[in-house]
Amino acid sequence: MDSVAQRLSAVGAGAALELRGVTRLFGALAALTDITITVRPGERRAVLGSNGAGKTTLFNCITGDFPPSSGTIRFFGEDVTHFPPYERIRRGLRRTYQISALFPGLTVQDNVYLACRGVSRGRFSFLRPGQNDALMHAADNLVQAVHLSAVKDQRVAELAHGQQRQLEIALALAGAPRFVLFDEPAAGLSPTERAELIEILTSLPAHIGYIIIEHDMDVALRVVESVTMMHNGRIFKEGLPEEIQSDPEVQELYLGGGHE
Amino acid sequence: MSLAHDARVAVRPATATQRAARTWPEINNPAAWVVAAILLIMPLIASGFFLIEIFATTLILGTMALSLMFLAGYGGMVSLMQLTIAGFSAYMVAVFGVSGNANISLGWPWWLAVPMALALATAFGTLGGALAVRTEGIYTIMITLAIGAAFYYFTNQNWAIFNGHTGINTVATPHFWGVNWRADIPFYYIVLAVAALCYFAVEYISRAPFGLALQGVRDNPRRMAALGFNVNAHRIAAYAFASFVAALAGVLQVWNYRQISPGSVSVGACIDVLIIAVVGGITRPIGPFIGALIFVLLRTFALDFLVRLGLDGNRFRLLIGLGFLAIVFWSSDGVIGLWQRWRQSQHKSANRAGGGRGHG
Repeated sequence: MDSVAQRLSAVGAGAALELRGVTRLFGALAALTDITITVRPGERRAVLGSNGAGKTTLFNCITGDFPPSSGTIRFFGEDVTHFPPYERIRRGLRRTYQISALFPGLTVQDNVYLACRGVSRGRFSFLRPGQNDALMHAADNLVQAVHLSAVKDQRVAELAHGQQRQLEIALALAGAPRFVLFDEPAAGLSPTERAELIEILTSLPAHIGYIIIEHDMDVALRVVESVTMMHNGRIFKEGLPEEIQSDPEVQELYLGGGHE
Repeated sequence: MSLAHDARVAVRPATATQRAARTWPEINNPAAWVVAAILLIMPLIASGFFLIEIFATTLILGTMALSLMFLAGYGGMVSLMQLTIAGFSAYMVAVFGVSGNANISLGWPWWLAVPMALALATAFGTLGGALAVRTEGIYTIMITLAIGAAFYYFTNQNWAIFNGHTGINTVATPHFWGVNWRADIPFYYIVLAVAALCYFAVEYISRAPFGLALQGVRDNPRRMAALGFNVNAHRIAAYAFASFVAALAGVLQVWNYRQISPGSVSVGACIDVLIIAVVGGITRPIGPFIGALIFVLLRTFALDFLVRLGLDGNRFRLLIGLGFLAIVFWSSDGVIGLWQRWRQSQHKSANRAGGGRGHG
């Protein structure tokens, strides 16, 4: 990998993602409280925290799956707080889900093709793609990039868990992503599959930044350059991976298991 | 990237043939050719009664059920208003065209009245769909059923346009090029052409971006939004397409019976369309036509059969109901599901027998 400074200078200044005072309430329960984060373009960051810390809710607010109760979200300078999810996706935001959210009745190829179609024109087209359809080729390439070519004509319902996780990532890389949110991509993967995942993440083009939620510190800290630690819906610590790892309070939370 | 680029050349021929095979499965299926041939020469085989009362009626009901199959099978939206849309279209043909009720009908020629009816019925169905897509599952069923029931009572009570419970009678049918197109044989071919057109359109669209995206919406609407699709817009567009198909069937229906009255758009008739689609199978476009054939055969012949058994002939609905229950219990994908599983088991045992012989 290039040095962090090199990669960051290549993509220029300005924030890719800027959250200010984002709060999300579920009834009386505050799942997120006053979250303020700035992520630079091309930056790769891990979000750590115990169950219920608000990590997935944070993703849901950023993509618009659940809008925030208050606060603002900017994506490459544009205020997207009140945009529906599909408008944010069309602007280059992508996400994966903790529990695979695929289309079990369709083939692997069709799943990826839909992902490619969703971020381009012709979503309502009544014409079947021809043999030289550019998006079909884009889908072929993506299927290959996540090592699923052998099963591309199988229905997703028939895939093994690890293959579904790989497809989950392929769907998030369709089109021209500018920023990706990975929600526990390594969950349930074998050690070999984890190695493949790390390879996919580290070989992403330099301008694509991401936030990754990952419990496995070995995976998380190898693919990021900064870490945000969450606890009870708030940001608890931010810093470089080494700082966070050696921080006594973080160790207390993670190893001591304190309140949970 | 370059790796993927090189590999593409090798990948293309294989996928091209696979896709061609997947595109039109019927082309390789001899049974489909036999059915198509029989349908085309039907007037040589069947009497006028069979041609119209059985086959044309089956194709018309099948096309209505096809519109439901498109929504339910590909979009996961069970709409009970497909018959209502067809009925609305039928009423509009009678209102804008020529009928025995001269005080109501505007007397337009059929080639103006039909496009008007299709446009209005499609708009009606799209508006209903726009209401229904805000809900999911059982609430979609309730809203569309409410629209169907409201339309039924409205036609009963409105005399200015719908002529109340007597409906509109002696609706004119097209005559041109010296042909009476409502005569048995020409009418059969019109119905067959429209049904085939709708069938192939649904089959074609199921593999086009619009149809694939609809199946994506069925499987996981939230993920579809996270891929850049406007899920509700997609659902409403699906209602618009299905409404157009139902409206076409409605035009054929009013030409078939030459009259339209509230009885044809009753809640019971709405539910019949659901039963037809479910019994036939909503996973593939051929299902609704098989369901319609079973329904029409039972409706026509169960009477004699039941009377012979010493039962009330009107109990044919009991037979349909029992069949419906059996399908729901044992084959959620309908008669075509039963057929497919039977074929697969035949295939397997044939393979096993062949393998055994090879070893022996």
